[in-house]
Amino acid sequence: MSFINFKKKEVQVKIVYYGPGRGGKTTNLEYIYSNFKDRIKTEMVAIKTQGDRTLFFDFLPFDMGKIKGYDVKVQLYTVPGQVKYNATRELVLRGVDGIVFVADSIEVRKEQNLHSLKNLQENLAIHKKSIFKIPLLLQYNKRDLAEQDIPLLSVETLEKSLNSKLKVPSFEASAVVGTNVIQTLKKIMSMTIISIANQLK
Amino acid sequence: MDYNLGPEQLTKIEEVLQEDLMEMGVHCVIFIDMAGNIVANLDDGEIKHDVYSLAALAAGNFGAVSAMAQMIGEEDFSLLFHKGEKESIHFSKVLTDFLLIVIFGHEISLGLLRLKVTESIEKIEKVLKS
Repeated sequence: MSFINFKKKEVQVKIVYYGPGRGGKTTNLEYIYSNFKDRIKTEMVAIKTQGDRTLFFDFLPFDMGKIKGYDVKVQLYTVPGQVKYNATRELVLRGVDGIVFVADSIEVRKEQNLHSLKNLQENLAIHKKSIFKIPLLLQYNKRDLAEQDIPLLSVETLEKSLNSKLKVPSFEASAVVGTNVIQTLKKIMSMTIISIANQLK
Repeated sequence: MDYNLGPEQLTKIEEVLQEDLMEMGVHCVIFIDMAGNIVANLDDGEIKHDVYSLAALAAGNFGAVSAMAQMIGEEDFSLLFHKGEKESIHFSKVLTDFLLIVIFGHEISLGLLRLKVTESIEKIEKVLKS
């Protein structure tokens, strides 16, 4: 949950990038970091294994400016995507306010996407949160690979397989190139802020 | 982990941290929740740590250590201590959802610090429950 400091007039919001391993969660954060370096005063924190896979989580604090007189500080996290690191994923979801699910568009990753989404639902349930209620959006990543003739899942297939029940906003993206990375971030931030504002009413 | 802290409670918590810990000469005190949000933060004005990243890592670290505790049959480890050459960090759990982080130099003895931390936690818990 977000922490609202009425005394300092500051809101801290936690947004988590979730999804299967090697799907591009860390790449999303790296693109955001390189694009907003002038606004991000600190270094991006990344705890990686030797093979450059996320071991614990990546963390990027981000100043969003003021909303209704409150300083909004957004904390972006990723989870390790590999199946074996579930304990860490559950831990990072603690107190989450909004989620970007980064799905891998490569055809052979269809099952991994589904498993990861189901795993997200289970881990949210541990924290007594519903995947149908929390601000969530889907990002279909790696769309740029179509140019290299790598077989991709069509957006219709992805929508049908992942979003038929959730019915949340979705974006086609390429985290490496930067396509729709910032749009994804802006959308999840606005969804999360609206949800927090509604809780306060 | 839903909680609400009013401005008065925050002021009281900051007073406890100031009087019990800052005044004994520690460099920095950060009071966070287990999601990694900063509830209160005081420092001596000389150091400039990236407290938001520190809070995120501390919450994650404590979560990992709790998982280790459960593996060996303990419910939790209530405190953690990392010793450095010049600076050290002391973490202690407050109720179930909060963590008190103290950064201090070698001029302060660990024994005295632990005593003061225990005292301030008792006071903070009273404020949180009020």
